[in-house]
Amino acid sequence: MSIRERLSGNEAVAYAIKQINPDVMPAFPITPSTEIPQYVASYIANGDIDTEFIHVESEHSSMSAAIGASAAGARTLTATSSCGLALMWEELYVAASDRLPIVLALVNRALSGPININADHSDSMGARDSGWIQIYAESNQEAYDNFLQSFKIAENKDVMLPVMICQDGFITSHGVENIELVEDELVKEFAGERKPLHYLLNEKEPMAIGPYAVSNYYMESKRGQRQAMLNAKKVILSVAEEFEKISGRKYGFFEEYRMEDAEYAIVIIGSAAGTAKAAIEEIRNTTGKKVGLVKIRVFRPFPDEEIAEALKNVKAIAILDRSEMFSATGGPLGAEVTAALYRAKVQAEVVNYIYGLGGRDITTDDFHKVYEELYRMAETHEVRDNYRYIGLRE
Amino acid sequence: MISDKINENSPWQDLTEGNKLFEAATSREFKTGEWRTQRPVHDAEKCRDCFLCVPVCPDMSILVTKEEKIEFDMDHCKGCGICAKVCPFNAISMEV
Repeated sequence: MSIRERLSGNEAVAYAIKQINPDVMPAFPITPSTEIPQYVASYIANGDIDTEFIHVESEHSSMSAAIGASAAGARTLTATSSCGLALMWEELYVAASDRLPIVLALVNRALSGPININADHSDSMGARDSGWIQIYAESNQEAYDNFLQSFKIAENKDVMLPVMICQDGFITSHGVENIELVEDELVKEFAGERKPLHYLLNEKEPMAIGPYAVSNYYMESKRGQRQAMLNAKKVILSVAEEFEKISGRKYGFFEEYRMEDAEYAIVIIGSAAGTAKAAIEEIRNTTGKKVGLVKIRVFRPFPDEEIAEALKNVKAIAILDRSEMFSATGGPLGAEVTAALYRAKVQAEVVNYIYGLGGRDITTDDFHKVYEELYRMAETHEVRDNYRYIGLRE
Repeated sequence: MISDKINENSPWQDLTEGNKLFEAATSREFKTGEWRTQRPVHDAEKCRDCFLCVPVCPDMSILVTKEEKIEFDMDHCKGCGICAKVCPFNAISMEV
């Protein structure tokens, strides 16, 4: 029987780490992700797990140490947040191009400046082109479940890419929720051990990793990384299927909520999906309007055809971004979903909203207003402003 | 030789995952001498075979032959001119 608990998002991920017992964890403390390495350090000190914890002097070093450990053959992870991820930037690309199956537990928070440490997606969205798989969570349960699946995806021989397991800072990371934990034995069997094909500590096969690739090789290397991302789509789904067998919980690239007959849809990432679901229930119960939600779980690789398929029958779509990219015309999720719809020739009216930057709250009332705008757009076929804000004083 | 398997004509599918290399000293096959703008010219008359130039070459491009004479590896010499600078007998000059 699964174990019922009450845990914060940080505790949930730390508990998943404990159950997997990975080989190496280099980490540098930064709030609020501090708690993940802190809990893991306690597990190690108490003798619960034998993970090698490396105290480093910065995130630049924690990702560098993770690269070294993973190349050596160890199952490796680290955890960080916000500016901590920014300081890893250079190494994120190296980890991906060296094809190292590192897992990073990321607590999504704003990047300075102005100085702010609250929830938004600017850190991971900034790293969206680094070559990492990115999986997002709405709740503590999902953060825990996603983490349990992470190494199996990363280490698959057709993938061999690093994976970022993201959850919303404070809202999820510090919010305590009911959670269902998978039994230790089942996790152990599911997660298994890393069995590297090539690794630096293999004395029978001398190997060099991360060589200089001049113009004659760089593009071919990048094409290889893209192939790994394409392969990851299949692997993410098969790992989810396997996970369902031990947990009873079903995962895909995204969750479709009340989409069977939806005419008006919101596309969103992360914890605000819970608020949107509450608004959907209110609207359906009071007005009968057919409103629904697509909550993105996997942003990298981007499931463009599948998203377009899920949205092909709706009249109007609002894509909600929790980070700025300063194209001055939209956010990253807005740009990519719109492109997917265009390629699939979906004819719905589309609007992009930005919300929740730097921890700005979003409420069910806000979602009511977004759906009302969608009804208007569907009726008039007129999009007043393609890039709008929720909760901005203007 | 690795260049038989992976070279400038290889399609992306032939590159190893993450460009991992499973051979030692593959840099020998990677010719960096083409970046050179100046080349060292050896004057055998002036040379006293002291070999002071050999250890200072940053690219290990000065080789000593069986006859105990120096020889330049022009596939890897980048023309930095350190050898010409250290030679006490002006036996190496840099030419364009």
